[in-house]
Amino acid sequence: MTVEAVVFFFAAALALGGALGVVVGRNPVHCALLLVVTLVAVAIFFLLQDAQLVFAVQIIVYAGAIVVLFLFVIMLLGVDKEESLRDPIPYQRPAAVALGAILLAEIFVLAGRTWATGATSARGSLRRRVDGQDLGNIQRVARTLFTDFLWAFELTAVLLVIAVVGAVVLARRSGQRAQLDEHERAIEEGITEAELSEAAEEDEEEVVTP
Amino acid sequence: MSLAALDITPNYYLVVGALLFTIGAVGLLLRRNVLVMFMCVELMLNAANLTFVTFSRVLDDVGGQVIVFFTLVVAAAEVAIGLAIIVAIFRRRRGATADDVRLLKG
Repeated sequence: MTVEAVVFFFAAALALGGALGVVVGRNPVHCALLLVVTLVAVAIFFLLQDAQLVFAVQIIVYAGAIVVLFLFVIMLLGVDKEESLRDPIPYQRPAAVALGAILLAEIFVLAGRTWATGATSARGSLRRRVDGQDLGNIQRVARTLFTDFLWAFELTAVLLVIAVVGAVVLARRSGQRAQLDEHERAIEEGITEAELSEAAEEDEEEVVTP
Repeated sequence: MSLAALDITPNYYLVVGALLFTIGAVGLLLRRNVLVMFMCVELMLNAANLTFVTFSRVLDDVGGQVIVFFTLVVAAAEVAIGLAIIVAIFRRRRGATADDVRLLKG
């Protein structure tokens, strides 16, 4: 076997094993860590196909940023307890597996058709020399990104700004809203109105007599 | 074909991509923990990225790799917003399973 074949099958085993682990893992922390395994394996696939820039970005953005964000939220919310396997809809599990099998068959049937266009190098070649120079992968991607896809590139900047603003707005809790939430939670926990007001009075007294 | 002369054609990558996508889709249907459902969406996005890069090599077209960038940006924005929504839901009710929010009202 060639080196490429060895690396490919190693990475394929990691990717598929990690993906299956994400699906069947019962602890969300384990799922997140297995997701890292799959993401790194996909990054290895990128490297095997001479897409060095995408490989680096995959490691930095996905494994570095996105999964860490997942782990932050898991830790923050304390949802790292195991999920019960009892499903409220009994037929959902076999139906999901059956739909997955149909989806896979569909992908393979569609992939067996002929090419839509067959056109190659519509957006710049990966191998051909440009202006007599041998460009690296990063230079080739950058050339296309900042010429053909400039408008889309600017739009992604807008998208990121919207996402940041949206995340802040969603995660923020204003003063009145926070009090209301606390109130609702107190009611859920079975604390009566009287106890709540007593507690509030005690708080006030503590503040007055330090 | 003997094992010694095994050549990794682009089809191998496409098959792995298809399998990854299917695993992600099945996981999305199976799981009820919203966070894990999100991870399954990431798996599907990654499968699509792998397919893009593979076709980029097959068709000798750098556009496939550029599209992966846009997918990454959209995935990052989606995770930021999605996790913020999960945190917001979690503040209101003590649970993050899909069953908790099936009525689409507070």
